[in-house]
Amino acid sequence: MTAVFRHELSSYFKSVSGYVFGAFLLLFAGIYTTDINLNAGLTNFEYVLDYMCIIFLIIVPILTMRVVAEERRQRTDQLLYSLPLTMTEVVLGKYGALLVVFLAPMAVIGVYPLILSAFGNVYLPAAYSAWLGFFLLGAALLAIGMFISSLTESQAVAAGLCFLVMLVNYFITSLAGFISTTAFASFASFTVVILALAGIVWFMTRSGLASGVLALVLEAVLLFFYAGDTSAFEGFFPEVMENLSLFDQFYQFVNGVFDLRAVVYLLSVSGLFLFLTVQSLEKRRWSE
Amino acid sequence: MIEVSHLTKRYGGHTAVSNLSFTIEKGQIYGFLGPNGAGKSTTMNIMTGCLAASEGEVRIDGHDIFEEPQQAKRLIGYLPEQPPLYLDRTPREYLTFVGRAKGIKDKALPEQIGRVMEVTQIIDVADRLIKHLSKGYRQRVGIAQALLGDPEVVILDEPTVGLDPKQIIEIRSLIQSLGQKHTVILSSHILSEVQAVCQTILIISKGHLVACDTPENLERLFSGSAAVDLTVEAGEAQTREILAPLDHIRSVDVRPEGTDRCQVTLETDGDEEVCRAVFFAFSRAGRAILRMTDAKASLEDIFIELTSGEAADAPAEAGSEDDGEEVDEP
Repeated sequence: MTAVFRHELSSYFKSVSGYVFGAFLLLFAGIYTTDINLNAGLTNFEYVLDYMCIIFLIIVPILTMRVVAEERRQRTDQLLYSLPLTMTEVVLGKYGALLVVFLAPMAVIGVYPLILSAFGNVYLPAAYSAWLGFFLLGAALLAIGMFISSLTESQAVAAGLCFLVMLVNYFITSLAGFISTTAFASFASFTVVILALAGIVWFMTRSGLASGVLALVLEAVLLFFYAGDTSAFEGFFPEVMENLSLFDQFYQFVNGVFDLRAVVYLLSVSGLFLFLTVQSLEKRRWSE
Repeated sequence: MIEVSHLTKRYGGHTAVSNLSFTIEKGQIYGFLGPNGAGKSTTMNIMTGCLAASEGEVRIDGHDIFEEPQQAKRLIGYLPEQPPLYLDRTPREYLTFVGRAKGIKDKALPEQIGRVMEVTQIIDVADRLIKHLSKGYRQRVGIAQALLGDPEVVILDEPTVGLDPKQIIEIRSLIQSLGQKHTVILSSHILSEVQAVCQTILIISKGHLVACDTPENLERLFSGSAAVDLTVEAGEAQTREILAPLDHIRSVDVRPEGTDRCQVTLETDGDEEVCRAVFFAFSRAGRAILRMTDAKASLEDIFIELTSGEAADAPAEAGSEDDGEEVDEP
């Protein structure tokens, strides 16, 4: 694992990507700190992070697009398979390097509240819990990006797909607001989600039977609950979407709440997508 | 050293490797020979744990490649068909990564890397980016990677493809020198290469093992239907007349050249007396033999016979049971 970790880390800092990423994050942090804390005179550092989190839409795809896809394109994945390494070690090594690249500018940003507190009354616990929330959000999004990168051999496809997922994730709450809150609208929306899920399963397994059966079973379950208690479906879909949004979990921290549920949620999402990345790499061994 | 038993790999409806079984002994150079698409790379990928088999198992020194991958993989160095190189690294950095991944301690690493770079002669280019290296050097870096950690078995998939003739000769002699310390398995679709380097040849066709023997034995096995080529100073009719009474000749093919000269090909049953008999027969008739060659079945012929016979035989999926034995009862 350390071999992969060191190898990956040196590739971020040998090329410009690690520095560009750091500079980009620091630039945004600088702009918003100047704007909110210095110009507007607010003492809440959490607002800076709140405004900043939109940059994940750009930096996560850029940082994660090559992480697995490039190995596949250059056929170096064969080396990883033939070395005495488990896929879990490979994935954790790569993810560890991503986290360090992310953590380096975050450490610099972590100094800002201290500096600000010298000139005003900054409530540090809130600032640092927001900092932690921001880091956990980034960690979860990086895990998702890494999984997407493991699905394809094209960096461009990985980046595009990742951007789309980040975008939907970011705007999902406002989008959910547009959906009518009637029970039938919820039912229809869930059906669309089930179809999308079946599509993903088909893409992963190329098995029409498996995805068809999955779609039918899920739809039957949905229909069962819908027929059983139609009124419970009113406004149900927007509510689920709000709870699914990773960014919404982060806003808890910005509002000054150290929400343990959100911590667990973000950590579980990271864990889940790391697990899926391992599976995606293992799967290549079986089909190729 | 390596036991492969009843290996089968299916891709959807297509069977790439079918019921393959063989054993690799220590300290020899083995050649996997077969036309393109015969299943050589698939077999090698399964042996090195890069690919899962549909059925069957591979044991490296008693360790199953899928149940104890860590132990088994430590015993193997593998160079896939396309060398898996990080192009934006130097060979030294690349080998450092591979060495660490193979669990070599940081202290021993520089010495180990120095040794494999010396064996593969890449010290000159050790600090240049791999993307700036020629194909021959890249191949060497790939081989150096396989040699790190001093594995018992070195598996090389088509190590000379895409190289120029000089590089091919260099890589071949490198492989021969590797054979002194390691068990080497290499694959190729070029017969002369395998013949030149390997002590045992495994011929694979359409996913089946059709032969496994030394080059000499394979030739002997098939010399049963040898041929003799002649150029004689005689007309067609006279040639046939002279040859008619001789024994051990199965068929005669006479191609007249002008009025008084013929090219003749005799198919014999392999008896060595034939050439002598033919010589005296023509001498008694007062006709000169201008040229006579004893054309034993070459490995080339054996290869073509084995691999094309298979093609006519059956679709790859069916009748895999007895293909392994074909060799013993030609």
